[in-house]
Amino acid sequence: MLEFAEQTAYEPAAGVWELLPFRFERFSMNRVLLTNMVGEHMFVTPRELDDIVSRRLPTNSTLVRQLRSKHIIRQPDERLPVTLLALKTRTRLSRLAEFTSLHMFVVSLRCEHSCPYCQVSRQSSDKAHFDMSEATAERALEMVFESPSDNIKIEFQGGEPLLNFGLIERIVRDAEVLNRHFEKRLTFVIATNLALLDDRILDFCGDHDIFISTSLDGPADLHNRNRPRPGGDSWERTVDGIRRVRETLGADRVSALMTTTAASLDRPKEVIDCYLQNGISNVFLRPLSPYGFAIKTKSHAAYDVDRWLSFYEEGLDYILELNARGTPVTEVYAAIVLKKMLTNDDPGYVDLTSPAGIGIRAIVYNYDGDVYASDEGRMLAEMGDTTFRLGNLHENSYEEIMLSDALLNPLDESFALSAPMCSDCAFEPYCGADPVFHQATQGDFVGRKPLSAFCSRNMGVFRLLLDKYESDPAAREVFLGWAGR
Amino acid sequence: MISLRGRAVATCLEAPLSRTTWMLTTPERATGAREGNALLLANGASPLPGYDLYVGTDEELWGSIGNYIALPRQLQYLTAGDVLTTSVDGTRLRVLWRHRARQNSILLTERCNHMCLMCSQPPKPNNDDWLIDQAFELIRLLPPWTSTEIGFTGGEPTLYGERLFALLRLCRNLVPQAPVHTLSNGRFFSNDEFAAGYAAVDNPNMMIGIPIYGSEPTLHDFVVQSKGAFDDTVSGILNLVARGQRVEIRVVVHKQTAPHLVEIAEFISRNLPFVEQVVFMGLEMIGFARANIDDIWIDPVDYKEILYEAVTLLDRKGIRTLVYNHQLCVIDRRLWPFAVRSISDWKNEYHPECLKCSVLHDCGGFFFSASHRFSDHIRAITPRQDDSQPALLTLTH
Repeated sequence: MLEFAEQTAYEPAAGVWELLPFRFERFSMNRVLLTNMVGEHMFVTPRELDDIVSRRLPTNSTLVRQLRSKHIIRQPDERLPVTLLALKTRTRLSRLAEFTSLHMFVVSLRCEHSCPYCQVSRQSSDKAHFDMSEATAERALEMVFESPSDNIKIEFQGGEPLLNFGLIERIVRDAEVLNRHFEKRLTFVIATNLALLDDRILDFCGDHDIFISTSLDGPADLHNRNRPRPGGDSWERTVDGIRRVRETLGADRVSALMTTTAASLDRPKEVIDCYLQNGISNVFLRPLSPYGFAIKTKSHAAYDVDRWLSFYEEGLDYILELNARGTPVTEVYAAIVLKKMLTNDDPGYVDLTSPAGIGIRAIVYNYDGDVYASDEGRMLAEMGDTTFRLGNLHENSYEEIMLSDALLNPLDESFALSAPMCSDCAFEPYCGADPVFHQATQGDFVGRKPLSAFCSRNMGVFRLLLDKYESDPAAREVFLGWAGR
Repeated sequence: MISLRGRAVATCLEAPLSRTTWMLTTPERATGAREGNALLLANGASPLPGYDLYVGTDEELWGSIGNYIALPRQLQYLTAGDVLTTSVDGTRLRVLWRHRARQNSILLTERCNHMCLMCSQPPKPNNDDWLIDQAFELIRLLPPWTSTEIGFTGGEPTLYGERLFALLRLCRNLVPQAPVHTLSNGRFFSNDEFAAGYAAVDNPNMMIGIPIYGSEPTLHDFVVQSKGAFDDTVSGILNLVARGQRVEIRVVVHKQTAPHLVEIAEFISRNLPFVEQVVFMGLEMIGFARANIDDIWIDPVDYKEILYEAVTLLDRKGIRTLVYNHQLCVIDRRLWPFAVRSISDWKNEYHPECLKCSVLHDCGGFFFSASHRFSDHIRAITPRQDDSQPALLTLTH
């Protein structure tokens, strides 16, 4: 080649390689997963892994090129890989600086449903006892605007929050007035079963740009069995409510979540079809959480992680098949994980962040003025474990609550990069710290991971997604789209 | 293909020309002689007095008016608003600006600190500062409402340092609406002060196109034939983006880079996702590309799947991605929406097979230099009844 130097002239002088932080996980007999500090992944053979760790690598090869591209090895004098890793790490953690943005108001613990899996609600007419008072709401709003976050989302929770709609109106109006001074990006969400939706509520939501988050467990028989109410018409009311919100407020104003029960496990396709029939193309295939009545009634023990994972895989395969046929459905949990796998963005989903999202991403103001580090923390308290009660709005200041040991200890102890078995797990960049789950199931913030359903369930999801991403080009394209949304 | 150079058919000068860069105007458009304006005389137009130079097609005007140059046939397409450069003796002519072109490329220098295996404009070491001097003159001659893109190329324009920034400032001040695109290997921007100097031009219509040929140093450094290039270039991009500058990444696809396009796309998406756009460029088979044809040439059909995967990866992740210089018949149909008719009209050609093609008007065609090596797979696209992706076909029929 005419006066031009060969490629070998641009290889490092010697095959002296330094290892940058990376972790590995045996995937199958002949495949080992490598992830770098920020979760970029590649697969190698066990023999190649051996060559890497014993630093028997040549100056250039396909493997060397891939390892350098993914910032797993470097030449001793190279600075760029570290600069780029620092940039990516900073990007991944940038949401931490924002601090608490989700503020949940439990405006009433009362509910007209009597779902066996429900963690918290009360069937009671004792308004005075289970509704949030105006004085408590006012104090909670003060706390909300003490958060340094530029984005504030106020979510109304229950029980069934529409049972105390007057207070919701008051809080929304007061928050808007306060925000004229604070000028934050302020949004509202009502988490409701929609059974009590009426025109007045719809008008108010339209006027104040309020989003609706509802529960839809799947087809009518499944939903109504999971979610009993007087008249047995929960599904009909929810579906009608979804239709009315879509038509009057806009299709993007309503989202739905499902709760998986033992009865759902054989019917993922029907659940997904039900969502599509109601115009909702984001489906969140959730596991059942181990809190509240769910434990008392043994619903939680009714199926294990493997059973849930096969349900999840069947659902995901069906969603991929729908995408291939031109129906763009998204599985929300996979989309969250894939964003963490394939980009430097951390979507900040509370159950999948480390440090944990409790308190510093989301916080709960209970009807009685108690402040909890998370919604699950409040559910745990209803079961008698008040570990995650950070204080009370009427007794404690913002500083006392945010700097309480009840918040700082679980944040500190559960941090995945220093938790046993998490710190050297190849999936750590995709996973999160969930001190509330481990407190509920094992009685401490960290838990023993081999016994943790949180760990085995998420490992299962990560393996499944990586496997499909590597082996199925059509799935890869869909996954890239989810990661990029 | 349009000619940009020629020799005057006849020249009559009263004295050597006082300048070499001229904005053409016509008697109908003229608002009085202005420095640097040359009056273009079409057939029968009566010449207005007072211009330093007259340009025409009519040899008979020779000697009857001041300085006069008769254009050769291949340059007779010139109209008012175009800019012509002349040698001092008025014999050698070059078109510097065509106001009707989608984009004008202005060569600032042929010097370069890289020697890319596939360079279409092989570097020459000689001082050619007169090129940037003419660019300054050109910008001064352009009307203030100019909104067609100004493209500065090389060689390596950043070798001028502060002088390039001065040119860019002049663009910002005199033609603020014109997009200004500079092609650079980006290395000097790894110096903070240098990046700050470029950013200080502070023109939101400015974009810089920088190539990346690998996801790690060895491949990139080999392609550009310079050790340390990858680290400098990537650092330079980071410095520019940190200062709010719009950066385009260009990946020229050839035999050395084609097998690695997906890795390169992955690298960009993870490490440089904030760039304005990523462009995959087909080869221009001249210069070193022709000399190194055995190590450079690859039939686009042979990287069809890889290109599809690389473009899809970037696009799905929300990074604007384009494909330049590729014929529609050699890329995956699903990439048609990404394909841009990018070849400058003056060096654009088509293959005989193209005359039968139904999507000819949407296709970028070829560089005139492509005749040195056509893909073996150039095939006319004929409309299909069961076309699953009819977008381009239906729009043109």
